[in-house]
Amino acid sequence: MELAWLGAGIGAGLVVIGGGLGIGKLASSAMEAIGRQPEATDQIRTAMIIAAALIEGIAFFGLVICILLELKA
Amino acid sequence: MPVSKIVDSLIIPADSVQTTSGNDSSWILHHIMDSRELDFEPFFTIHIPQFPLIFGIDLTPTKHVVFMWLSALLVLFIFTIVARKYRKSLIPSRLANFFEVLIIFVKDDIARSTIGKGYERFVPYLLTLFFFILFGNFLGLLPWSSTFTSNIGMTGTLAICTFFTVQFNGIRQNGLFGYFKGLIPPGIPVLLLPLMAIVELLGLFTKPFALAIRLFANMVAGHTVILGMIGLIFFMGTIFVAPISIIFVLFIYLLEILVALIQAYIFTILSALFIGMALHQEH
Repeated sequence: MELAWLGAGIGAGLVVIGGGLGIGKLASSAMEAIGRQPEATDQIRTAMIIAAALIEGIAFFGLVICILLELKA
Repeated sequence: MPVSKIVDSLIIPADSVQTTSGNDSSWILHHIMDSRELDFEPFFTIHIPQFPLIFGIDLTPTKHVVFMWLSALLVLFIFTIVARKYRKSLIPSRLANFFEVLIIFVKDDIARSTIGKGYERFVPYLLTLFFFILFGNFLGLLPWSSTFTSNIGMTGTLAICTFFTVQFNGIRQNGLFGYFKGLIPPGIPVLLLPLMAIVELLGLFTKPFALAIRLFANMVAGHTVILGMIGLIFFMGTIFVAPISIIFVLFIYLLEILVALIQAYIFTILSALFIGMALHQEH
């Protein structure tokens, strides 16, 4: 049963790496875009938040599976 | 595993976790999950009485239900006052002025910019969603309270409301056949059609599911981190960890205020986005 905990822990770590990379890449592009075109800041910010929420949603799918594993163990 | 079983395992019943001392982390769950008592720990605890079963269903209010009612009443109360102020004079008072900023924000920046033409019909629904979730998130940050938005049942219900709003209005706008035909983007090869149909049909259900999970997981995660940071003091067993731990807790708490706002915003804007996608399928 400890292996399930291990799986949940490693899975959570992998999920966080993926989510972090995704949001980091998104934020870097958004900031570049804002730097290039400061007058479009509002639109870029809205688009960025929506995309970040979608990435985060996928990451949370993974995390919820980790929680289920952990509760099952 | 069937969906009901997954949901059941996410709603952790109060009696499944015993609070024990020592190296056990179950006390963190105890503070996050739903329970039958209102905890005002150093002073008193209110036990909610068991209601009689109605058709075999236990309708006893739990902690989250009590705070959900509180939030609903607060929203109702505050917005009745705000609306009444405008009836008296068009110059807003301090309270009305504050909420007007938020209402205009939801109306212009969320509804109009994402739904587009015909957005007026959805503004009441989006406003209700936004303020209900916002009040719930902020209510959860007060001492002795509990965050009802960290209950998967509650976020799931909101997501189901959004799901039916999206489907109903999409079908009403485009017709039953037109709506389901419009789900598949035009100009894809015929061989891919069955696959795309399955993917898009699944997409209809994963969108609200993601909505529910996102709000739920965000609210649970923040509170777990705060409790874990405080727990660090007791796990380490020394008082010297306390200052560092408290500073981190304060930082996370301030972040939580931001998250409370952002999650209400995201739930509303994604609902608006899905409604807009169902209404104007040509984009």
